[in-house]
Amino acid sequence: MHALVQGLILGVLTGGVYALMASGQTLVFGIMKVVNLAQGALVVLGAYLSYQLFVSYGIDPFLAIPVTAVVMFALGVGVHLAVLRPLRREDRAELSLLVTFAVALLIEGVIGVVWNTTRRSINTSYANDSWTVAGYQITVVRFAAFALSAAALGLLILLLHRTRFGRAVRATVQNPESARLLGVRAERVAALGFGLGAATAAAAGSVYGLLYPFNAGSHYDLISLLLSIVVLGGLGSIGGAIAGAMIISVSSAVVASTISPSWAPMTFFVLLLAVLLVRPQGLFGRPA
Amino acid sequence: MIRGAVFVVTLAVLPLLGLPHWVLNMLVFVLMFAALASAWNLVGGLTGYPSLGHAAFFGIGAYAFALLLHRQTEITDGWQPFAWLPAIGVGTALIGVPIAAIAMRTRADVFAIVTITLLFVVQTLAFNLHGLTGGAQGLSFPVAPFPADTFERPFYYVLLGLLVLAMLLTFGTLRSKVGLALATVRGDEDKARGLGIPVGGAKVLAFAVSVGLTAMVGAVWAYYQVGIIYPQFAVDPLVTIAMVLMVFLGGRGTLWGPVLGAFVLETGQQYLAYELGASQFYLIAYAMIFLLIMLFLPRGVLPSLAGRLR
Repeated sequence: MHALVQGLILGVLTGGVYALMASGQTLVFGIMKVVNLAQGALVVLGAYLSYQLFVSYGIDPFLAIPVTAVVMFALGVGVHLAVLRPLRREDRAELSLLVTFAVALLIEGVIGVVWNTTRRSINTSYANDSWTVAGYQITVVRFAAFALSAAALGLLILLLHRTRFGRAVRATVQNPESARLLGVRAERVAALGFGLGAATAAAAGSVYGLLYPFNAGSHYDLISLLLSIVVLGGLGSIGGAIAGAMIISVSSAVVASTISPSWAPMTFFVLLLAVLLVRPQGLFGRPA
Repeated sequence: MIRGAVFVVTLAVLPLLGLPHWVLNMLVFVLMFAALASAWNLVGGLTGYPSLGHAAFFGIGAYAFALLLHRQTEITDGWQPFAWLPAIGVGTALIGVPIAAIAMRTRADVFAIVTITLLFVVQTLAFNLHGLTGGAQGLSFPVAPFPADTFERPFYYVLLGLLVLAMLLTFGTLRSKVGLALATVRGDEDKARGLGIPVGGAKVLAFAVSVGLTAMVGAVWAYYQVGIIYPQFAVDPLVTIAMVLMVFLGGRGTLWGPVLGAFVLETGQQYLAYELGASQFYLIAYAMIFLLIMLFLPRGVLPSLAGRLR
C-alpha cells in the first residue's frame, strides 16, 4: 500500500513535467498536422543549454528558463522555415515525420560534438533535499518541477485564450481553411507555433535536466513517451495532453513501484493500444 | 523478367571472383539493406502507411535466432541454423497481425506514432529483461563454423535469397488484386472502402509479410555477428531510418527503387563510417543527407526519372 501511494505521488509530480513537454508536441500537431519527432531532442537540447548556463555562470536552471526559452523559440522558428515550410502541402503530413526525425538526429549529433556523449546531470545545492509528509518522501526538485510545469502550462493556456495570436492559433486548429478565409496568416501562425513548441521544450528541458541525468541519446527515451501521451489524449488537444501525461505517468510509476521497473515502459504501449482499440481518435480528440 | 535474372546472376557470381574481404563484407550489408528496404516498401511504399517500427521486428528476429542457439555449446553444421528462418519469419508475422490490425484502424500519422513507440518499447525491453536477453551485456551463442576464407559467402547467398523473395513478393503484389487494393489504400482509403474493396485485410497482410521478412533478415544479421548481439545494435532506430530513406531515395512503391536506394546509400554510409568513424560527425552527415533527400527528392530517383522521360 505504501509503495502504491508513493508511486501515485511520484506519478502525479512527474506527469506534470511530461504534460509540459507534450503540450508543445500537441500544439504543433494541432496547428500544422505535423507530428514533430524532434520534440524529445529539443527537450534534451534545452537541458544542455541550462546545464551550460549553470556550469559556466552558476545560473539556477529554473531562472535560466526565460533565456533558454527565447533562444529555443528562435531555433524552432528557424527549423520551421528551413525544413518544414518547403514541403509541398499534399505530402507534408507524411514527409514531416521523416524530416523532423532527421532534425532529431541532427540535434543529437550536434549535442554529441559540443558536449560529447558522457552523461551529464545538473547538481544544484538543493538536488538531494526532500520533505517527508505523512511518511511519504517528496523531493524538493520534483515538487518544484511540478509547480513550474503547471505554471508554464497555465501561461500557455492564457496565451492561447487571451491573445490575438492565441485566437488565430485556435482558429487554425479548428479549421485551417476558414481561418485563412478570415485573414489568419497560416504560415506565420505555423512558424510561431513551432517556435512556441520549442520554447515549451526549453522550459521542460531545464526541469528534465534537474530530474534525470541525460546524454545526447536521451531523446530516444522521451520521444515514444511523448508520442504515446499525445495520441492517448487526442492529437491537437492540450487538455488531452495533460490528461494523457497524468494517466501514463501514474500508471508507469505504479507498475514500477508495485510490479517491476523493467516492465514500466511496456505499460504505456499497452495503454496506447487499448485506447486506440476503443477510441482511435484518443480520449479528447475529435474524429478525423 | 530478364532484367531481374541478369541482376540475380551477376550478384550470385560476385563472391566467386576473389574479391577482398572488406568488399564482400560491404556487399553483405548492401544486400541486407536491399532486402530490408524491399520489405519496408511492401507496407510503406505500397500502402502509404509509413512504419517507423521495423527495427523492432528486426530485433525480434535477431533475438529469436540468438535465443534458439543460446543453449548450444557449438554448431556442427553451419547451414543448419538457417533452417530456423521460416519459423522466425512466420512467428514474427503473427506478432505483427494484431499490432497492424489496431494501429491501421487510424490515420497514417497515428500508425507511424504507434510503430515508433513499439520500436523504443522493444529496445527498452531488450535492455531490461536480463533473464531473457542478457540486458546490456548482450546475448551470446556459438560462432558459425564456416572457413575464414569464405566466411561471408553463406550469409551473402542467404541474404540474396531473402532479397529475391522480397522482390518476387513485391512483383507479385504489384500485379495482383491485393496490389490493386493496396494502391487504392494509398490513393483514397475511405473511397476504396466505400466501393467494397477489402482494404483492411490487404494492408494488415502487407504489414505481416513485411515484418516477417524483416525478422528473417534480422536473424541472419545476428548469425553474422560472430557469437554475440547487443540491444543497441539489434534494435537500432538507425536501421528503421535507413530502410525508410532507401525506399524514399529510390522511389516508393516501385520494384527497383528500394534496391537502388540500398546500393547507393549503404555504400555511401560505409564510406562515411570509414572516413568519419562511428562518431557524432557521422550522425550529422547522415542527418544532412536525410534532409536533403526529403527536401529535394521527395518522390525518389526512379519516379522522378520516369516523370522526366515522359
